[in-house]
Amino acid sequence: MKIIVLMKQVANKDAVLRIAGDEKWINEADVAWQTNESDGYALEEALRTVEAKGEGEVVVCTLGPQGAKTVIKDALARGANRAIHVVVDDSKSLSSYQIAKTIADAIKEENADLVFTGLQSDDASFGQTGVILAELLGIPHATIVIEVDRASLGDTLRVKRELESGWYQWFTYKLPALLTIQSGISQIRYASLKGIMAAKSKEIREVTPAVEEFASASAIQKVYMPLKTKQTQILGNGDAKAGAVELVEKLRSEVRII
Amino acid sequence: MILVFIEHKDCVLNKTSLEAIAAAQSIGKDLGLGVTAVLPCDKDCSLAQEIAGYAVEKVLIAKNEKLGTYTPDAYADAWEHVIKALAPKYVVMSHTYQVRDFAPKVAARLGREVVGDCIRYRAEGGKLVLTRRIFLGKLDADVTLGGDAPYFVTFQSGAFRGDAAEKGSGAVETMEVTIGDVRMTPEAPFQEAKASVDLTRSEIIVAVGRGIKSQENIAVAQQLADALGADLAASRPICDSEWLPIDRQIGSSGQTVAPKLYIALGISGAIQHIVGMKNAGTIVAVNKDAEAPIFDIADYGIVGDLFEAVPVLVDEIAKAKG
Ligand SMILES: Cc1cc2nc3c(=O)[nH]c(=O)nc-3n(C[C@H](O)[C@H](O)[C@H](O)COP(=O)(O)OP(=O)(O)OC[C@H]3O[C@@H](n4cnc5c(N)ncnc54)[C@H](O)[C@@H]3O)c2cc1C
Ligand SMILES: Cc1cc2nc3c(=O)[nH]c(=O)nc-3n(C[C@H](O)[C@H](O)[C@H](O)COP(=O)(O)OP(=O)(O)OC[C@H]3O[C@@H](n4cnc5c(N)ncnc54)[C@H](O)[C@@H]3O)c2cc1C
Repeated sequence: MKIIVLMKQVANKDAVLRIAGDEKWINEADVAWQTNESDGYALEEALRTVEAKGEGEVVVCTLGPQGAKTVIKDALARGANRAIHVVVDDSKSLSSYQIAKTIADAIKEENADLVFTGLQSDDASFGQTGVILAELLGIPHATIVIEVDRASLGDTLRVKRELESGWYQWFTYKLPALLTIQSGISQIRYASLKGIMAAKSKEIREVTPAVEEFASASAIQKVYMPLKTKQTQILGNGDAKAGAVELVEKLRSEVRII
Repeated sequence: MILVFIEHKDCVLNKTSLEAIAAAQSIGKDLGLGVTAVLPCDKDCSLAQEIAGYAVEKVLIAKNEKLGTYTPDAYADAWEHVIKALAPKYVVMSHTYQVRDFAPKVAARLGREVVGDCIRYRAEGGKLVLTRRIFLGKLDADVTLGGDAPYFVTFQSGAFRGDAAEKGSGAVETMEVTIGDVRMTPEAPFQEAKASVDLTRSEIIVAVGRGIKSQENIAVAQQLADALGADLAASRPICDSEWLPIDRQIGSSGQTVAPKLYIALGISGAIQHIVGMKNAGTIVAVNKDAEAPIFDIADYGIVGDLFEAVPVLVDEIAKAKG
């Protein structure tokens, strides 16, 4: 049993975002990085699936510059067996299709039984890299997976997909297959000290691909602060306590709820 | 030509498809293109007549026995067939869970990708410039399309109004489509046990997000809820961590509420949360990040630490109530 998990490095959730000079992205100079949230859940689910099976390996794969190695090291410390780093310095200039194509070329020969990805990235949020990858690998996919029936794992696998407004649906897939994993599918483990030590000797295979041109890529023309749709009254001028006093007054006099 | 996807379950319309029709009609006017609605089904879909009552040139039933229950493989094959037969310029859909599941696959097969989850567009020189939210709603990006048609575009729920879709009359046609091997077997969709808490009736809701930091701190929000006679609710990560039960979750995968007052404590305002509460009468946000997207829809905002604001709120409410 071999599971490949795609993990992407993204700007930290709480990072203060400044728009870059060319207005085409953010200024990444002093941004703190983290692993994309749902990708952490994808890794956790892969580890649990292999543990339940009692054999197999989890291989993490990231596409990005050398700095993206922190994503790999963290995943190895949590228990992934080895890693593939598709080294692309300017990974931002790639569209979802190019990323999927480049990753497909790098992992095709691994012949994995399962590929897990996060359901969408926290930066560009196209939510399509995994689906495109499945098509390019010629394997079926399921998106927004919220439960994996690990006991069912054999030549097929039963997975639960989240639908809208509280609906769910089980599907059975022939393997190999690709799943995009929803955040919250399980509780993520922490890396243990032992895991961190063990990670140092795990294999990281570097691939330096030639990225193909892709004429149909969409291009960002301009990035800007969202236009406000509502007039928001900001209370307290940055002083939370003063704001609270003002708010209660508003709730009494304007909203008339108190 | 613009193709617009009509989503349905057992011939019952998913209403967000009306938003997609409105979007397609609007783009059609701007670019001088006709609109054809595409309805994948295993029979002569009873929904076709209803859709034909909108201003579309045609309603096309893409028919095959494998289209009874949704699967990504069958839908991708059906769409590939229709697109190759009709050579549309644009394919327009609502960014629903189902569309997220199959649209990138169809696009990839045709050597394209999807410009997904757009919130608006403008026409410039005969082409579309689309706006998408990035960085979890903190920034907007204007995006242009590359390469040749067909272009795949999906719009966020609420980007267009379904009731603005123009009425008219279109012809209904059927196209038998070929579908290959379907590599997944669906079971019947189901709902998890009914929520024991019905927040849709709440007049006042105090909702907590990840800014609450720990399960113990939920008590802080509970005090505010008690002071106001409000119900407690939460964003998804809080329920995922089991700090509050799932039936307190607000948003696209939780409950949709419209109380008189909604107080969001430490919630960033991701679109999947906002769709569940944007129709509240008055929205209050307490968040230490002045740029959190929740402030875009808030009537009143406090920029600061919720742990400073909430105790004062509780005291002041007690005073005001006498
Ligand atoms: C300066 C800059 C300019 C940009 N310009 C453009 C542009 O012109 N056109 C454009 O289309 N995009 C542009 N982007 C967006 C960027 O290239 C996107 O990251 C890309 O389109 C992939 O889509 P996504 O991140 O939304 O992935 P999603 O499809 O949302 O990701 C889903 C999942 O796929 C996996 N995954 C995605 N990327 C990787 C990766 N690199 N390594 C490993 N796993 C991965 C993860 O598991 C992730 O959870 C730009 C970005 C930057 C920084
Ligand atoms: C398919 C799909 C379905 C989803 N369904 C839902 C859904 O139904 N409901 C839902 O809510 N989400 C849903 N999500 C998740 C959603 O995208 C967001 O990840 C989630 O809403 C974020 O929750 P949050 O605002 O609590 O956390 P975060 O985004 O982490 O925000 C926490 C906020 O707290 C603020 N903060 C931190 N400390 C303090 C403090 N001391 N005082 C004041 N403020 C503070 C921070 O500035 C930040 O803005 C879904 C996502 C997907 C992809």
